[in-house]
Amino acid sequence: MGVSEIFETMEYGPAPESAAEAQAWLAERDGRFGHFIDGAMTQPGRGFESRNPATGAVLALITQATQADLDAAVASARRAQGDWADLGGPARARYLYTLARLLQKHARLFAVLETLDNGKPIRESRDIDVPLAQRHFYYHAGMAQLMESELPGRVPLGVCGQIIPWNFPLLMLAWKVAPALAMGNTVVLKPAEYTSLTALLFADICQQAGLPKGVVNIVTGDGTVGEMIVGADVDKIAFTGSTEVGRKIRVATAGSGKALTLELGGKSPYIVFEDADLDSAVEGLVDAIWFNQGQVCCAGSRLLVQEGIAARFYAKLRARMDGLRIGDPLDKCIDLGAIVDPVQLARIRALVDSSDGEVYQPATPCPEGCFYPPTLITGLSPVSPLMQEEIFGPVLVATTFRTPSEAVEIANNTRYGLAASVWSENINVALDIAPKLAAGVVWINGANLFDASAPFGGVRESGFGREGGWDGLLAYTREIGAQKPLTQIKAFRGAEVEPQAVDRTAKLYIGGKQTRPDGGYARTVYDAAGELIGQAPLASRKDIRNAVEAAHGAKAWAGTTAHLRAQVLYYVAENLSARSDEFAKRIDQLTGGRDGAKEVELSVNRLFTYAAWADKFEGRVTQVPMRGVAMALREPCGVIGALCPDDRPLLGLVSLMAPAIAMGNRVVLIASEAFPLIAADFYQVLDTSDVPGGVVNILTGSHVELAATLATHMDMEAVWSFSSADVSGVIEAGAAGVLKRSWVNNGLARDWLGAEGEGRAFLEASTEVKTVWVPYGV
Amino acid sequence: MPEHGPQHRQTGQGEAQPDAKNLPQTVEQRNPGIPLDLDWVMRATANRSAIERRAASLPGRRSLKKDHQAAWLARAISCIDLTTLAGDDTPGRVQRLCAKARQPVRADLLKTLGLPGLTVGAVCVYHDMIAPAVTALAGSGIPVAAVSTGFPAGLSPFHLRLAEIGESVAAGAAEIDIVISRRHVLTGNWQALYEEMQAFRAACGNAHVKAILATGELGTLQNVARASLICMMAGADFIKTSTGKEPVNATLPVTLVMLRAIRDYHDATGVRVGYKPAGGISKAKDAVTYLALIKDELGGRWLRPDLFRFGASSLLGDIERQLEHHVSGAYSAGWRHAIS
Repeated sequence: MGVSEIFETMEYGPAPESAAEAQAWLAERDGRFGHFIDGAMTQPGRGFESRNPATGAVLALITQATQADLDAAVASARRAQGDWADLGGPARARYLYTLARLLQKHARLFAVLETLDNGKPIRESRDIDVPLAQRHFYYHAGMAQLMESELPGRVPLGVCGQIIPWNFPLLMLAWKVAPALAMGNTVVLKPAEYTSLTALLFADICQQAGLPKGVVNIVTGDGTVGEMIVGADVDKIAFTGSTEVGRKIRVATAGSGKALTLELGGKSPYIVFEDADLDSAVEGLVDAIWFNQGQVCCAGSRLLVQEGIAARFYAKLRARMDGLRIGDPLDKCIDLGAIVDPVQLARIRALVDSSDGEVYQPATPCPEGCFYPPTLITGLSPVSPLMQEEIFGPVLVATTFRTPSEAVEIANNTRYGLAASVWSENINVALDIAPKLAAGVVWINGANLFDASAPFGGVRESGFGREGGWDGLLAYTREIGAQKPLTQIKAFRGAEVEPQAVDRTAKLYIGGKQTRPDGGYARTVYDAAGELIGQAPLASRKDIRNAVEAAHGAKAWAGTTAHLRAQVLYYVAENLSARSDEFAKRIDQLTGGRDGAKEVELSVNRLFTYAAWADKFEGRVTQVPMRGVAMALREPCGVIGALCPDDRPLLGLVSLMAPAIAMGNRVVLIASEAFPLIAADFYQVLDTSDVPGGVVNILTGSHVELAATLATHMDMEAVWSFSSADVSGVIEAGAAGVLKRSWVNNGLARDWLGAEGEGRAFLEASTEVKTVWVPYGV
Repeated sequence: MPEHGPQHRQTGQGEAQPDAKNLPQTVEQRNPGIPLDLDWVMRATANRSAIERRAASLPGRRSLKKDHQAAWLARAISCIDLTTLAGDDTPGRVQRLCAKARQPVRADLLKTLGLPGLTVGAVCVYHDMIAPAVTALAGSGIPVAAVSTGFPAGLSPFHLRLAEIGESVAAGAAEIDIVISRRHVLTGNWQALYEEMQAFRAACGNAHVKAILATGELGTLQNVARASLICMMAGADFIKTSTGKEPVNATLPVTLVMLRAIRDYHDATGVRVGYKPAGGISKAKDAVTYLALIKDELGGRWLRPDLFRFGASSLLGDIERQLEHHVSGAYSAGWRHAIS
């Protein structure tokens, strides 16, 4: 077609980006790659082909790591870690800065290689993936520089095993490697089997940067290599990928003491209110679900439109879909590239073919091969499988809602909780809805906005932990402190019968009421001298069920003002203080110790501490590079179940309860197993202190028996264990079911009387960070 | 806006169609206008941040190379309103401009491209320059457009503004670029804006009317959206961004808002209204970006001079250099191309 014909048709033509440099880079290495271990590439070994999904052509041969390879990588990382941490933040900052610079200098090579390997449009790898990866290294160079001054008392975790997905190969590498290195950790990273090449190019960059050997190790291979990393002698696992694999990792690491962050799947709602700028909301969907062919964990894949505008909105959306161009990912004039692998393509096809809704696909030609057209499925209801299941392709499913509260209800009717978009021109609607959504990230009038300074991560089965910002650093540091093993505290034994002066009946405390245990059993409690001092009820799984229900009934607590929560905590402190002599004696009687008075005084003080914190543990406005604000809000987790410390029956319980309820959570506490009777005295204090029924629920009984029920309860957002019983593994494995957050002592002691008995760690554990992006402008 | 469909869809108002010879490729039904629909107007919103993101990502999403780029640049030339709006305009200056309008690109280049007859879309001048322009363009088929109604501020007496239109049409202008009263927008006097536009349209008779919104003075994108709708409801054939005299002239975000208004109006009435960005578009690359935005938002039908114009004076020079580069493979120099 000549110029004069095109002058009439005004069609777009091919605008290919050259792959020559990237192909030359591959050719220089004979298209065969080993691993990057201890600062050098290993000899290529047995492995598999890495293909260009757009053409099916083989790009390179990638080596499948053996156990020996992995052991060498972990050993190298271990050797390097001490020196790397000792180098100090400012010295590490220089390396990170160099890495950022080199990423920038080789930007186009990274972009083209990424597109060849993954199939994403060159526009995206060039304008989004690579610049965001650079930004992540720059940002964390700054974090390394500031670590010593701004994060006193935090130390690196050690060696981090990092497993990343194929949808953003370089960007996810940056999200994992930059914060880990900044905080003084070393890493063993495994890129996804489909997309190893930019990680191997990054290995080149590490060598160019003169990074000390062993600080970054990259091993390639399939999921079995991932399993090896999970089982290796590492201090932390960071995983981004499917919920299914995330759950396996949670089970595999349970009780190992390895730190874990998971960034998993999603089915993120995209809510369009009738007062939205509909054309912009349609365009937003292009960024939400047709970005990277919809292979995005936080893709806005579930469209919820207000009923009155639905027909008009769908019509606009279909028209926009007609204009999307699908084709050669290296073409600078296309919107959708190739699906990463034929396996994924088959999965998407099967899911769409199974749909009971009305399927729309534009007539635009879709190339042969590993491509799938943009797809809209309307007429679905929440019960439709495709409204629930993650498709991970360019497929948008839609339904309607009538009112804002119904929108929230449908939006939250999901096992996932990664991201959400809210479109409305009304600030009241937008800012009212955002906090109500079960999601770690909310974009007001936008979609898929990312920045190194804005925490990213999910709730529910979308995982836990945050990446980016100050909050992301928690995932790569721990509190400094000697890690001493905890000794199990046993209850005292004694004579069978010993009449009490006046019989007292200790009960469970559920929903603001003193209730007998469902099972009707109690345990006899003795003092240190073996004298009978009472009976403690033995809670069963049904009591946990009842307590969780009561806790959900007290949902209003999360919506009260922080000031009011502080007032209630002060009042508890006041009433406890008024009975301090009695409590002190009781503690001494229960524990056989002598410092009951001190424990009571510290408990009163701890209540004061969290009353003080209630209205001061603030979120942040992050410095995202746009006109707008991204607010990292702190929200209560919801219902938290906790096994309380055994050794300090009152202080231990207060140390967990106070931060949790100060932040707006409701708690189900299993009191000290060895010294349970203090619970009965303490709930009387709660009863007289205006604590609404259901906010604090206290059970007594066997930690070992109750741990699994607590951990596996699906309607609880977090579970903690500071029990002296060996239940950390049970808790973490049980929590894998719905991937709830867990915080366990791993059998290590904590000094409840000292500084580590209170503070930020407890507040962090009591809150979820939700990043709300609010771009603005008239 | 499907709910507007049936009641607004009209087929002509019995007006005599203009002399087709004086207009480029006039195949579209002229916009007859519709009754003022304030519900629709007040519902119009524009989210600046989202619109800016769309505008910013567009150049990365659409790229034209080689023959396609050359063809698109030639198309851009065919849509240029070659303009001179200066106080020191003279008949001689206008004559030179018109000669350039007839032969916008060196003949040898056009021959190589296979577009020997390429001309610009129109020549745009002040009233007193209409006559020399009409004379200079005689037989070329290139229409003369005149800015009018107290351009650029539009604050002269209303009856004089109407009279100015009549005089310009009588002098041979086939297109009239009117300026709206920005104060009607800024004070929310939509009824007044509608009536003003209707009066201007009526005064134009068979000449096509382009409504200049002066978007740089309307304060918000929402106002741009609303003023666009009002002018179309009142019968504008084109809506145009700017006089070229405001501090901010045509931008991609403003363009996006106006294109979306045009699309909604078309969806509701079946009538295609034209679009003219003016001022600030001086690079060939920018011209391609505008054309791509129009193609993607409105469709290819709008990429014709009867529905799209660039108001530009220096854009042509950059396109000429790009076309020579396309033909020769070497970067060109300004002095190799005739000035106006």
